[in-house]
Amino acid sequence: MWEYTKKVKEFFLHPKNVGEIENPDAVGEVGSLICGDALKLYLKIDKETGKIIDAKFQTFGCASAIASSSALTELIKGKTLDEAMLVGNQDIAEYLGGLPKEKMHCSVMGREALEAAIANYKGEKPPKEEEKIICKCFEVSEEKIRRTAIENHLTTVEDVTNFTKAGGGCGACIPAIEAILKDVWAVKVAVERQRIPKKMTNLQKIALIQDVIEKEIRPALQADGGDIELIDVEGDRVIVALRAMCVSCPMGGITLEGIQKKLRELVSEDIIVETE
Amino acid sequence: MKTIYLDNNATTAIAPDVLNEMLLYLREFYGNPSSMHTFGGQLHRKVEEARAKVAALINAKPEEIIFTSCGTESDNTAIMSAVESFPQKRHIITTRVEHPAVFNFCKHLARKGRRVTFIPVDNFGRLNMEAFRKALDDDVAVVSIMYANNETGVIFPIEDIGGILRERNIVFHTDAVQAAGKIPIDVKKLPVDMLSISGHKLHAPKGVGALYVRKGTRFYPYIIGGHQEKGRRAGTENVASIIALGKACELAKKHIEEEASYLSDLRDKLESALLKCCPDVRINGDTEHRLPNTTNISFDFVEGEAILLRLDEYGICASSGSACTSGSLEPSHVLRAMGVPFTAIHGSIRFSLSRYNTEEEISEVIKIMPPIIKELRTLSPYGKEKL
Repeated sequence: MWEYTKKVKEFFLHPKNVGEIENPDAVGEVGSLICGDALKLYLKIDKETGKIIDAKFQTFGCASAIASSSALTELIKGKTLDEAMLVGNQDIAEYLGGLPKEKMHCSVMGREALEAAIANYKGEKPPKEEEKIICKCFEVSEEKIRRTAIENHLTTVEDVTNFTKAGGGCGACIPAIEAILKDVWAVKVAVERQRIPKKMTNLQKIALIQDVIEKEIRPALQADGGDIELIDVEGDRVIVALRAMCVSCPMGGITLEGIQKKLRELVSEDIIVETE
Repeated sequence: MKTIYLDNNATTAIAPDVLNEMLLYLREFYGNPSSMHTFGGQLHRKVEEARAKVAALINAKPEEIIFTSCGTESDNTAIMSAVESFPQKRHIITTRVEHPAVFNFCKHLARKGRRVTFIPVDNFGRLNMEAFRKALDDDVAVVSIMYANNETGVIFPIEDIGGILRERNIVFHTDAVQAAGKIPIDVKKLPVDMLSISGHKLHAPKGVGALYVRKGTRFYPYIIGGHQEKGRRAGTENVASIIALGKACELAKKHIEEEASYLSDLRDKLESALLKCCPDVRINGDTEHRLPNTTNISFDFVEGEAILLRLDEYGICASSGSACTSGSLEPSHVLRAMGVPFTAIHGSIRFSLSRYNTEEEISEVIKIMPPIIKELRTLSPYGKEKL
């Protein structure tokens, strides 16, 4: 049995904004009977202010799908289209006090229906034809996997399945999902690197070194029972102290080399790492 | 709120007489039947009495019954025993609609290098006998085919299947976990070599099962250790639960005929009322050959988990083949094997009754169910034109 929050149960048993809107200004339809859940979202939009004056839904699906749909309509009512576009699947899940992780795809479906409805209002055609379908069981496109992974910081195939259903059927696409995840997160690092200003002040550089050590290096070392502390930065010389397991680790030299490589990659080519 | 329990293929209530009988052996007589002292040793006789009662339910000899910890253990033991007994034979035959205890175990053996054939079924869940005959070859170590399906209640022609296998001298195991105690089984007439029984499906507690092994069948133990069960299943006997299983089998045997007709009357009442009250409803499975207590009904355009949780608000317990209830994203492998459309699988509900269900309870469900379906269809983008 699923551990649903009170709010999920309440929105499932007594959903708000059920039904159709006559002459809607926008309709967004996602999912299908075959997949096991589907959502049709109707919007009434004030043409002058661009505000959503009414939102209704019809959902075929489980309790959390119904609750997520209802939560979505509550979240977007009264918002302008631009404001509504900022409502992500996490907001839907949060509004409901959280969803079981296996049910996160219900909140993603809500977000997708909203996008589809707004695209419908703006007269944009959903870019369906050219989509590359990765998961054939649940018809999940590469684009959707990429976007959902980035928006929700998904790093494992299991996460992707919980949020998009992709990989939850025959499992044939699991290697493809792995490849996408690898690509997504490698790309992200590359993007971050571009943001590094060419000429940094010393303070900026120290801040960036600190940041890289905190976010990129420490977690990896801690996973192996070690730790690192930044002692000083003198020009391009970065002085660090290795703690716990790392101190006696015969691979210490390699660890330092790895840290230096990472800092050269993300901060500056000229970095030299030394211990105190 | 009163509970209306219609999920008896999942598990059953322990019969009051069964509980009364077993409690004594939890409270006072906690001894080990293998002991030399009277306090423990006297329990050996109680275990043997229980064995005789379990044997009587299926008309077996007591020495043909091995106590296990559950239906899954019985199934795994039976298949593994045949596989170990005939190491040169690499082929295993089963069906596409088995319980996971057999289905996933066979898949596991396939990964370990065995050849496994999964025999298909038709739209009514009936076994494809043609495919079954064709699959047989001299390389078959064991055939494992369930007696009755847990999801649909469909009963397979075990006698015919066993007859064919007997001619070819192939070991035949049947998972009778759902059938035992619900319909009469007579292994003297039935050409099966091994048969699995689970306690908690017939009003005994969880954690006890039995495996029938016909005298003369090659047997290789699955759990190895002490000399218990004549070396066929090691581990200190779960005395209280074994006694409970014996009592439950005795009760089942005594009332099997009257209970079957009582249950099928109630089931048919529920089924026909729901078919009448709700449009776009279908029964899944062969209604001609079916357990008396089971019905599997699909409500188109609504999703099973939503139905179950609405029923839960009224204390009504049932189950569904929908993907959302399974924890995986895959809907029931049984209904898929039957070619039931996905739309109908997602809205499938199984009601499974027991002797403790009453006419009033069924009337209550008949009253509560149609508005739930109607309301969920109003919610559904597909249901509108069907109201």
